[in-house]
Amino acid sequence: MDTASPGAAVWRQACVAAALFAIDPAGTGGVLLRAAPGPARTRWRALLAELLPDDAPLRRVPAGVGDDRLIGGLDLPATLRAGKPVVDRGLLAEANGGVLVLAMAERLSPSLAARITATLDSGEIVVEREGIAARAPTSFGVVAEDEGIAEEAPPPGLSDRLAFHLDLSHLSIRDIPDPPVAHQDVLDARAVLPAVEMPERALRALCTTALAMGIASLRPPLLAARVARAAAALEGRDCVEDNDLMAAAALVLAPRATQLPSSPEEDAPPPMEEERPPDQPDAGEPNEEPDAEQGPLEDRVLEAAAAAIPKALLERLAPSRRLSRQASTTGKSGLAKRSLRRGRPIGSRPGRPHAGVRLNVIDTLRAAAPWQRLREQTAAAAEESQRRRLRVLADDFRVTRFKQQSETVTIFVVDASGSAAFHRLAEAKGAVELLLADCYVRRDQVALIAFRGSEAELLLPPTRSLLRAKRSLAGLPGGGGTPLSAGIEVATTLALNQQSRGVSPLLVFLTDGQANIGRDGQPGRAQARADSEAAAERLAREELSALFVDTAPRPSEAARSLAARMDALYLALPRADAQRLNAAVRNSRAA
Amino acid sequence: MSSRGVRPNYPFSAIVEQEEMKLALLIAAVDPGIGGVLVFGERGTGKSTTIRALAALLPDQKVVVGCPYGRAPEELHEGWDLGELDEGGAKPKVVKRRVPVVDLPLGVTEDRVVGALDLERALASGEKVFEPGLLARAHRGFLYIDEVNLLEDHIVDLLLDVAASGENLVEREGLSVRHPARFVLVGSGNPEEGELRPQLLDRFGLSVEVATPQDIEARIEVVRRRDAFEQDPEGFAAEWEKDTAKVRRRIVSACNKLGTVAVSEDVYRRAASLCIALGTDGLRGELTLVRAARALAALEGKKEVTDQHLRRVAPLALRHRLRRDPLDEAGSGVRVERAIEEVFAA
Repeated sequence: MDTASPGAAVWRQACVAAALFAIDPAGTGGVLLRAAPGPARTRWRALLAELLPDDAPLRRVPAGVGDDRLIGGLDLPATLRAGKPVVDRGLLAEANGGVLVLAMAERLSPSLAARITATLDSGEIVVEREGIAARAPTSFGVVAEDEGIAEEAPPPGLSDRLAFHLDLSHLSIRDIPDPPVAHQDVLDARAVLPAVEMPERALRALCTTALAMGIASLRPPLLAARVARAAAALEGRDCVEDNDLMAAAALVLAPRATQLPSSPEEDAPPPMEEERPPDQPDAGEPNEEPDAEQGPLEDRVLEAAAAAIPKALLERLAPSRRLSRQASTTGKSGLAKRSLRRGRPIGSRPGRPHAGVRLNVIDTLRAAAPWQRLREQTAAAAEESQRRRLRVLADDFRVTRFKQQSETVTIFVVDASGSAAFHRLAEAKGAVELLLADCYVRRDQVALIAFRGSEAELLLPPTRSLLRAKRSLAGLPGGGGTPLSAGIEVATTLALNQQSRGVSPLLVFLTDGQANIGRDGQPGRAQARADSEAAAERLAREELSALFVDTAPRPSEAARSLAARMDALYLALPRADAQRLNAAVRNSRAA
Repeated sequence: MSSRGVRPNYPFSAIVEQEEMKLALLIAAVDPGIGGVLVFGERGTGKSTTIRALAALLPDQKVVVGCPYGRAPEELHEGWDLGELDEGGAKPKVVKRRVPVVDLPLGVTEDRVVGALDLERALASGEKVFEPGLLARAHRGFLYIDEVNLLEDHIVDLLLDVAASGENLVEREGLSVRHPARFVLVGSGNPEEGELRPQLLDRFGLSVEVATPQDIEARIEVVRRRDAFEQDPEGFAAEWEKDTAKVRRRIVSACNKLGTVAVSEDVYRRAASLCIALGTDGLRGELTLVRAARALAALEGKKEVTDQHLRRVAPLALRHRLRRDPLDEAGSGVRVERAIEEVFAA
């Protein structure tokens, strides 16, 4: 167990995190575990199970779990048998005092995540469903397993509440020696935890560090304080010491850094968000930290946190995020494309069937079942032949609900290369903003991919938020070669990714089709062209809808044939302007 | 940790900064007819904490014993259709209770919102009895929807509808019930998770934008208090009870004064020109603006509404009523500020 490989250090951190989490699952919120299925994840899971007290429940939430299983609801068979309502406890209640494991958390829908975070926040589970009103206290920690595919990530509202963000995706089997903590250590620490004191200066150091690293939310420093307490308890101490703070800062704050702390000589005003509400004038210009109070503790905690910023994150602290070209395309096949047009069915709601709204027979019968006895009596006076039949009334009708019937994402893929880039980019920016304004009423989303130099970048992940769109668009760069195949591949990946979530993608390419950088990132027209044609054909095989806007000064044959290979609608717009582009996109979506 | 009951809410008076959000909620407490409050902001800004804190802050209210709709004694003779649950006895008993702040749980089903037949009694004895839902429970109080942008559209529509009309109408299994449901709808959400449908926006009376404090001392104070609360919720709440009581007295006195606060012709005129300058549609903006200013004056113990009051509530009452211009970089709050400067300079 020496520090031979960087992987071993990551693993040791992960083991410490497991122990601290096991000491105070509810207090520390939980663990975001980014790891592909493999030995590292398996071992970490086993370690956590080993460290938790024997009576602490560990419940797994499958991806796409329904409300009746998660929150609880009416146990229909038991209810009918017993002749009185029987409540089926949901997973959130069952996890009380233990840990809730979310499988494939990166696929968690925002509304599912909101159910979990609401329970974390309030410490109780409230069931108001299907004739049942019940509430019960529940507190648990969460392990959100993120399989780390492409740009997918668990909903930020959930991640914000989880103290530990671990990334085990690059660990090999050699990196994972035996963990340095044992079951009994955790039990001992749990006994000490309630008495652990937190000195004033410790909180100050954590807050200062969080701010210096550009962490806007106030939850991380608070979570770091809890982790520091657990760390002290693990050492059997009843007061938080400097080492605990440094460990907590490294574990909790470092993975969330959005900026590198500046060196102490520059008086660094923390550059947070620009868009401040105007009603807090005093919040606009944060002063430098008070020098008198600036003890060495702050510096040491900050240093520890800065040193622990993961390497991958360090690279990403550049303004834009990069989408890996080799990103896998899971979940693409086997999906019924037809039904996607109408969205994914997500349960049912009361309502009358009519044109375009289908009756959900099973749910209607479920709804009718508990009332049979009542109706039997009401109908008793009626003729005998009516008896013993199932009585279904209009009130029971349930219709199938589809996930946001019209949810679409328009993915702009913009050629940002060469001299014309700046002009074209400005057009695309304008169009994205117009389109966003146009479609946020309908809750559609837009995304923006740009390709230039030797690769393609996802500049704006799918969003409905004007706020985020404006921010990402502001820093759109241009110039360099034309890696068209990379652009098509990244776009295809994103589109399939969205499709697997039940969102229908529309791809809009803005390019002249003149590729000059191959798939391998090397210059060469012939190869670049062959690669982009191959990519285009693959896009066509996936049956993705696409619109190809030729931005060349004169419509070119190259662009036209590429569009044909994509099975895309071809549109020559030598001087694409934002308004016309917007109109073209709108028409093609209506088609 | 797991054995104790549900912990108390974080006290309202212990919330650091966030003056605008606190003001909006106090205004709604003084004048529940203001039309609801929408709170939008980033993660970790204490939106839900502040709203949930209302329950322990507000002065107790009188309620008829055993009334499943939480009616006040003076509401007994209003003429509703309450099924078999009517408590119209000659001498109803009255008790005091806490103002309800009902949290609308995500995943709630429609029958629990509006009320439905009592399942237990239907199963056990075949009786048809109406069981009131969350709308009845929220009567004369607050109904809170966290993550309002994630709630099913059909439920949001239903809530807004009832909030506007003040009554809930249920028809089921041949039972017909119409009961009062007057409450302040409070919604909160995070704009990063998607914006609210614009047609919902202006159905809220006031809207607030919250952000985390940027000042390090304020941030430390937030974390310090929160940490103390987590360590000992009961003790922390007790420590702040004196300050909470102070705010409570302010609300009581403002409620009593509200009817007597004068609004001059000038104030109406200013409110109108402000709305014209901003191009807000309809009269709801003006009306809310004046009402909110009046509630603020009452909270400050003043006898009449001044320009100062209008200025302070204008962003709350108007920012969500502006036409959306996605190409305008300035936020709507800034546009309201600009209009205020122009109108009040004149």
